[in-house]
Amino acid sequence: MNDSIKIRFFFYAIKKSRYIVFLITFFCFGVQADLNVNDDLILTEGFPDKLSAFRFFEDTRSQLPAKNVIPYDLISSLFSDYTKKNRFVYVPDSLQAKYETDSVYQFPIGSALIKTFYYIKNEQLEMSEQQLLETRLLLRKNDGWHAASYAWDDAQEEARLKIAGATINTSWVDKNGKYRSVRYRVPNKNQCQECHEANKQIIPIGPKARNLNKNKYYADSEAELNQLYYWLDKKVIDFYPDSLDLVVDWQDSTKNLNTRARSYLAINCGHCHSPQGNGASSGLYLGFTEKRPIHIGVMKKPVAAGRGSGNKLYSINPGKPEESILLYRMQSMDPGIMMPESGRSLVHDEGVNLIKEWIQEMR
Amino acid sequence: MNKACIIFCCLLLNDIVFADIHYIKPSEDIQERLQEAMILAKPGDTIQLDEGLYKLTDGLSLTQREVSIKGAGMYKTILDFSNQMSGAQGLLVTSDEVLLKDFAIINAKGDALKVVGVDGIYMINLRVEWTNGPATSNGAYGLYPVQSKNVFIEGCVAIGASDAGIYVGQSENIIVKNNKAMFNVAGIEIENSFYADVYGNSVSNNTGGILVFDLPDLPQQGGHHIRVFENQSYDNNTDNFAPQGNIVASVPRGTGILILANTNVEIFKNNIHSNGTINLAIVSYFQDTSDDNYYPHPRSVYIHDNIFSDSGFDPDIDRNELAKMLVDLANDDMPDIFWDGVTPFYQMIVGQPQEERIGLGENVGASFLAINPIKYLLPFLDPANRDYQDFFTNRPSLEKVIINLPNERLY
Repeated sequence: MNDSIKIRFFFYAIKKSRYIVFLITFFCFGVQADLNVNDDLILTEGFPDKLSAFRFFEDTRSQLPAKNVIPYDLISSLFSDYTKKNRFVYVPDSLQAKYETDSVYQFPIGSALIKTFYYIKNEQLEMSEQQLLETRLLLRKNDGWHAASYAWDDAQEEARLKIAGATINTSWVDKNGKYRSVRYRVPNKNQCQECHEANKQIIPIGPKARNLNKNKYYADSEAELNQLYYWLDKKVIDFYPDSLDLVVDWQDSTKNLNTRARSYLAINCGHCHSPQGNGASSGLYLGFTEKRPIHIGVMKKPVAAGRGSGNKLYSINPGKPEESILLYRMQSMDPGIMMPESGRSLVHDEGVNLIKEWIQEMR
Repeated sequence: MNKACIIFCCLLLNDIVFADIHYIKPSEDIQERLQEAMILAKPGDTIQLDEGLYKLTDGLSLTQREVSIKGAGMYKTILDFSNQMSGAQGLLVTSDEVLLKDFAIINAKGDALKVVGVDGIYMINLRVEWTNGPATSNGAYGLYPVQSKNVFIEGCVAIGASDAGIYVGQSENIIVKNNKAMFNVAGIEIENSFYADVYGNSVSNNTGGILVFDLPDLPQQGGHHIRVFENQSYDNNTDNFAPQGNIVASVPRGTGILILANTNVEIFKNNIHSNGTINLAIVSYFQDTSDDNYYPHPRSVYIHDNIFSDSGFDPDIDRNELAKMLVDLANDDMPDIFWDGVTPFYQMIVGQPQEERIGLGENVGASFLAINPIKYLLPFLDPANRDYQDFFTNRPSLEKVIINLPNERLY
């Protein structure tokens, strides 16, 4: 062996040995019979192949969470091809997420946000079969948040890591009895990042205090409790302010139309369409706190919309929904036109109707 | 302690020295395999695409820094998005220091290649094309870096974009050299950008050849310091096929170069000819805006040492306001260089500061027409000012743009 080959071999050996050490560690922890969440795995670099390795669920199929994994809902949630979602938060023992004004809670290292997407196969039945599609994870590791998605197998027993995403062709019967088929896309790792990125860092989108301020039934308390109250009681968060009535459920027709529309746009578009997000260059900002009409889209001319403009002159033309680019792009299923750019392959009829009414009423 | 240190250094070195090359060939599951390669690539790695047709169904994206993606040539390695079902572009890059070289992206449903918010993007010998020719249903942009720094585009070919073949938006420090742009609405467009050198390009058969624009209500505006030189801009007589609403939809068919707003623009040593409406036009932003931070007029545009011929032989009067106005003013003698004469109102009265005026140096075959806005508003006066000498001047050149290429990664 000449010297350069020896050196190369030496490096190679070190490189391989790192994986061996990793595998041994993984194996040692992996075989322990333990119902607690696998804290070490959350912190380990990369993602394991199987979702079950994290032990987030006591029973995966029924989505029964493990100890300290707390289910929650959002007041208004992102449209994802009519899927239903189970959301869970996990914060390691003795640690707490810190309250941030106008932002998501700042979760401590070792935290996890878990979201399972599923279809109710027949929404007209009270007890219908469910189809789990994917479980998305946001893990707060030492160097920041990391995102990945796990797609469920046909037997619905295990979900496996899909770095490059996946396509699930499936169908369900909607609440009106209509048969719907869908080319559901499990996002790849980069697509997770596209929406969750602000200032080049991955951040969660949903768990802002104002999105959480609603009641949920908690089995352990056998009662319906305010989520923030429950989280504080469980020491998941350190604080929540008393007045948090900004965002509303966009489906709640008793609420103010403008607030409903802005709540809908905030959760569906605001993460990219913000000065820090991936849609910043458009100058269209749909976050809940944006106040400047031109940047919300009112009489705003398109910049780089291309055929997304649909031959219309303004993002929002008040009183004229059919002449508004924003609505046109929500109604489209053409990849070169539709918004959001990813995460949707069907039109959200209810969302479209809300925005149509909002623009119609606008003066 | 020392030992640990050495081992640590070795591990570090190990990753740097042995940058991997990932070889990819077209296959049935190419969508997943190529996307996976882009996700798993580490800084310094190269994804080497073998020649062949890559049939993709969804947009691709790259978020890892310092990755190179190389093909076997722009006519040999072809990423084909004809059957694209999701994704707003063919390829999206959001990481710094990425090198893309020697491959083609064809028939993307939206933009072909979009690059957002990076520092260092090198696009070399790429082809972006919609193969059915000009059509409103084509994607908007071919090469589309936006909100980026150190943008380098060389030797690329862009064909058929329904907005701009090569579009650099809201960026800084830009070189666009030796490219070909044909049958797009705009061949090359530099928009809301600072410090750009656009040279050695051949731009033909577009609606408008080279556009330098600045628009309001955007995070970056006040476009300035743009040099356009040694380009060929000719035969840009394709009917405008941009969807309405977009600013380029207002560009007349037959435009060689169009400057809209911007400060410090130098146009020199270009060969601009055979453009049916106008070889070179300099205009103010003409739509309503309430953006107080926006300056809608061109300032300090210097035009020298160009060769002009055959301008305005078939102006786009049926569809375009600018073309109509030109014909009304020109009285059957269409100019090569046109300035709309619009300035802030007080400058219409007292005149522009000398250094902000349009400057004309020696140009071969150039006829000139500017509007005198005061006369334009009054009846019975001819507002056309054809006095070339009135604008004749000699100004210092703008500084050249420098970008340090990652030479070790080029071959």
